Amino acid sequence: MFKILFKQIGRFKAATALTPVFTALEVLMGVLIPYVTAWIIDRGVLGHDLGAVYRYGGLLLALAAVSTLMGVLAGRFSALASTGFGSNLREAMFRNIQTFSFTNIDKFSTSGLVTRMTTDVSNLQNAFQMLLRVSVRAPLNLVTSVLMCLFISKEVSLVFVVALAILGVSLFFIIRKTVRLFSQVFERYDDVNRVVQENVAAIRVVKAFVREEHENRKFGRAVEQLYRLFVRTERLQALNHPLMMLVVYGCIIAISWIGAHLVVGGTMTTGQLTSLFAYVMTIMMSLMMLSMIFVQLTMSAASARRIAEVLDERADIADPVEGAVAEVADGSIDFNDVSFTYNKEGSEMAISHIDLHIASGSMVGVMGPTGCGKSTLAALIARLYDASEGVVSVGGADVRRYRLETLRDAVSMVLQKNVLFSGTVLDNLRWGRDDATREECMKACDIACATEFVEQLPEGLDTHLEQGATNLSGGQRQRLCIARALLKRPQVLILDDSTSACDTATDAHIRRALAREVSGVTKVIVSQRLSSIVDADMIVVMESGRIVATGRHEELLEQCALYRETWEMQTQADPDFD
Amino acid sequence: MAGPMMNMGPGGRGGGRGGAGRHQRAKLPEGGKQTAWRLIKLVLSRYKWSLLVVALCIVVTSVTTLASTLFTRSLIDDYILPLQSSGNPSFGPLATALLKLGGVLAVGIVCAYLNSMLMINVSQGMLKRLRLELFEHMDQLPLRFFDSRAHGDVMSVYTNDVDTLRQSISQSLPNAFSSLITIVATLSSMVVLSWQLTLLTVAMTGVMVVVTRWLGNISARHFTAQQASLGAMNGYVEEMLTGLKVVKTFNHERRAIEEFSSLNASLRESACKANQVANVVMPVNGNLSNLIYVLCAAVGAMIALGGEGTLTVGTIVSFLTLIKNFTQPVSQISQQVNSVIMSVAGASRVFDILDQEVEEDRAACVTLVNADTTEDGTLVESESRTGRWAWKRDNGDGTFTLTPQRGEVDFAGVDFGYVAGKIVLHGIELDTEAGQKVAIVGGTGAGKTTITNLINRFYDIQQGQILYDGIDITHIYRGDLRRSLGMVLQETYLFSGTVLENLRYGRQEATLHECIAAAKLVHAHDFISRLPHGYFTRIDASGGNLSQGERQLIAIARAAVAGAPAMILDEATSSIDTRTERLIQQGMDSLMEGRSSFVIAHRLSTVRNADIIIVLERGRIIERGSHDELMALGGKYHELYSGLER
Repeated sequence: MFKILFKQIGRFKAATALTPVFTALEVLMGVLIPYVTAWIIDRGVLGHDLGAVYRYGGLLLALAAVSTLMGVLAGRFSALASTGFGSNLREAMFRNIQTFSFTNIDKFSTSGLVTRMTTDVSNLQNAFQMLLRVSVRAPLNLVTSVLMCLFISKEVSLVFVVALAILGVSLFFIIRKTVRLFSQVFERYDDVNRVVQENVAAIRVVKAFVREEHENRKFGRAVEQLYRLFVRTERLQALNHPLMMLVVYGCIIAISWIGAHLVVGGTMTTGQLTSLFAYVMTIMMSLMMLSMIFVQLTMSAASARRIAEVLDERADIADPVEGAVAEVADGSIDFNDVSFTYNKEGSEMAISHIDLHIASGSMVGVMGPTGCGKSTLAALIARLYDASEGVVSVGGADVRRYRLETLRDAVSMVLQKNVLFSGTVLDNLRWGRDDATREECMKACDIACATEFVEQLPEGLDTHLEQGATNLSGGQRQRLCIARALLKRPQVLILDDSTSACDTATDAHIRRALAREVSGVTKVIVSQRLSSIVDADMIVVMESGRIVATGRHEELLEQCALYRETWEMQTQADPDFD
Repeated sequence: MAGPMMNMGPGGRGGGRGGAGRHQRAKLPEGGKQTAWRLIKLVLSRYKWSLLVVALCIVVTSVTTLASTLFTRSLIDDYILPLQSSGNPSFGPLATALLKLGGVLAVGIVCAYLNSMLMINVSQGMLKRLRLELFEHMDQLPLRFFDSRAHGDVMSVYTNDVDTLRQSISQSLPNAFSSLITIVATLSSMVVLSWQLTLLTVAMTGVMVVVTRWLGNISARHFTAQQASLGAMNGYVEEMLTGLKVVKTFNHERRAIEEFSSLNASLRESACKANQVANVVMPVNGNLSNLIYVLCAAVGAMIALGGEGTLTVGTIVSFLTLIKNFTQPVSQISQQVNSVIMSVAGASRVFDILDQEVEEDRAACVTLVNADTTEDGTLVESESRTGRWAWKRDNGDGTFTLTPQRGEVDFAGVDFGYVAGKIVLHGIELDTEAGQKVAIVGGTGAGKTTITNLINRFYDIQQGQILYDGIDITHIYRGDLRRSLGMVLQETYLFSGTVLENLRYGRQEATLHECIAAAKLVHAHDFISRLPHGYFTRIDASGGNLSQGERQLIAIARAAVAGAPAMILDEATSSIDTRTERLIQQGMDSLMEGRSSFVIAHRLSTVRNADIIIVLERGRIIERGSHDELMALGGKYHELYSGLER
């Protein structure tokens, strides 16, 4: 996991490497400073030598200046390295996500991907910066301070060894426990958030059933659990502070005692004694810092794992390595014994053993109850998924032999769950073809029955659409999506339940315009509404992932019970009102 | 900014604002001072005694910390130097002094521990109460509140804003207090030791504060820029990932990457600048304090060696140690200003919700009760569920009047708009009779759902009157009004939990048997039984394991279990295919039998047998009558109905 993450440091390797170097130098200066301070006291103040005070004071200032410089440099490089790392992570994720097939996309939810690209990257970037700056500082401070103490007095250093051992062991146990508890705290947080989120989303249900009290109790329980666990965790964590005070104070007393003996005995100077006190503080602070780093890193490990998952994900649909077919010859579509399952374990087939041959330029309707595999069938044509078994061919060649771009330029698909983007209407239409002229765009709108409302928009084609085009109605959005797909000038046009929000009359208009204006293009229309597909050259009736019948409307009325039944229900009793 | 590593909470988890905003040096929001005071008062009023003890503990801890520092001088001046000069050193007095010091320090440790324990109770307790109050308050807010806010914004109050309060209550406030105490205590001992050196130190610390503020202002500018680019990038990512499947069908990947890259690069640049400046604060502060140290050492030595005799060596040494004690809290406070501002901003969003007006029942005096008839035929209130209901009016003089619940809903000259000045329903007149099935048809946006939203008072009307069994609905307690109307909403929402828990949502005490009966009635029993654990299968609010149609069936069964005396069905079967719909129609019919019901549907089969059909167009009723009457009329309804044959 770390290998793939650290690979993203990329061109910020130098900054990443320099940060610890400068930090180390800064720390070194910081450690030398109390030592020089001791000289000021011993040789200057105690030695009654004002010249020495100036000399060593000057030295100290020089050291402080270097230390500041190093500190500033370390700060700059760490900022460069960590923001660079974060930016590279985002870039790598985004690039990889763009290669994802629909299977990959389905695996991660959209909101999951967004969180990974935003919050998780921020977390990891902060952790990285801390790692660069503090994880060098703390151990270095620790080691050098201990060394300096050893240098000053071996006897006193013994005190540190004991103190360190006590503190280290206790911190280890406290941290191990708190990290465990913290991960439970996070889970409780998720519970609390879930209750709030469901409540906000379903507020109408809550109010309609007058369940406010019930929701309050549910939330109260979740909050109480979070409270209990959090208090327990914080109490444990709160032990750190008094523990550290205990050890520090113990050291001060012990050093005072031993130090006094040594100074009186003449083996140590008073200056050295004062700097020992300074080192005690430094050592303890760095130990505390180390423990904090450890906890923080453990907590960002979850983010790291989530990011690595995205980076590790390999697109399971890719261009052919060599010998790609250069272009799609015509709009013919062939399914040869095709089966497909969404989950790899292969327990449940979404469609099985499909044999279907569609001539170029014909119009085909696909119908069947919810969940029968209609949309799956359509998705395989544009190779949004790869068939688990069998071969899907377009234009006489296996879809896997085209480059994805070639295939998807030739097969234009209007998805069931369609999306428009923020930008003008024209921008959105030109997703179909970058260089489409305004006239061509209007022509496409004509076919899709969109001209009338587009012209009524405040600025026509140049009207700005909000994200998700929330300023348009569902039916208007669907019509723009159809126009966008038409602009591709495809050889195969697939409409997957694309007019469900349009009324029957508009639906009929669009169908007639398609038949008239885009002849020669193979049209596959998936619909619940039989009126949309009655005139098709061939209607495919599906049930439970299999084709139960194919034929023209009249044939099916005679031969297929499911078709006849649905037709009767829809015509006799079920016109749509909107 | 790497300084305050001590906070280990999950702050900023699960939201852009928290995670990225941590560094942001926001300006105090409008009315920030009032908000801060309100927050402080709130905490003080609830935890007066705890906080008093905490304050005491902080004072004691600060004093003991100071004692340990001051002891250094005493150690050198009072013990080591005399010992050095005495021929026969006796360490007895030192041992006593150290023991005494140990005692004092032990008190300090105990106080420090007590302090953190109490603060945990205060901060966590405060958060718990705030969350509960927020939630309870939120549930009473009118739907308008939810209409006008993105779900994410409401969520972020719980996830980010409340959490920033945790940090400021448990850390910033006590830290600021203890820093203040330390500064005051240190300062006074410094003055005692040497006023000249104190003056020097204070002057230099002033420089330090100015430098910190200056750097802070620079980084604030960059952080604002960073927030802006972060917002732009997050928006782009969200949009492109939501539309990822479309991106792929249109071969738009390369363009998306290009656009993303440029946004990402500008974010990196502004973030880098902001962090660079912020990272400079620590080393600069640290070394400024070194500078103060050297200056004091030099000046002190000069005075001591100059023979004025006012400064002893021990004094200088102690003073030098005090300097760190002084500069550290000063730089800490100036760094904490940011986090305080952030949490005040958070608090203002929390208070904003708490200050929203809740749905109130000012005029209400009528409740819904279970009813029974005695042998002589009078209506009486019943303790248990009888399946019959009555309206109980409080006459205000201690007497009550019972009228039977029949389910007649009348609209008289009702105008309504979601937004002021934009009327969407005009002059709605409607008379229904008990037990009737009322169907509402019309195109998208005609106002069908709006009418049902008015009956159960999701929204209040601007003009006119709605009567329910002859009672103005504003006189009925909202809860009772809604309890009398079983609803199946256009959009299906289920809750995480078992299928059974969801079925019982409207009536907790319903038995398993009753739930199964309801499920069978609407043909949901078959698929529920096929689920891995049947009625005890856990389902997930966001869907996942159930199809849209199945979820809708559960929602219909849920309304059936609730068993309200009247029903509102808003496109209840829109996601269910024609065949299944046909199957459940019978169940729905028996559900509606004997109950007044309002049905919105776009398929005629559900509408045809209605007693009254209302045709809406652009917020007005244009036709009304039975199916046969409307067909005979040959108007809009006829046109809609025969649309298919054309």
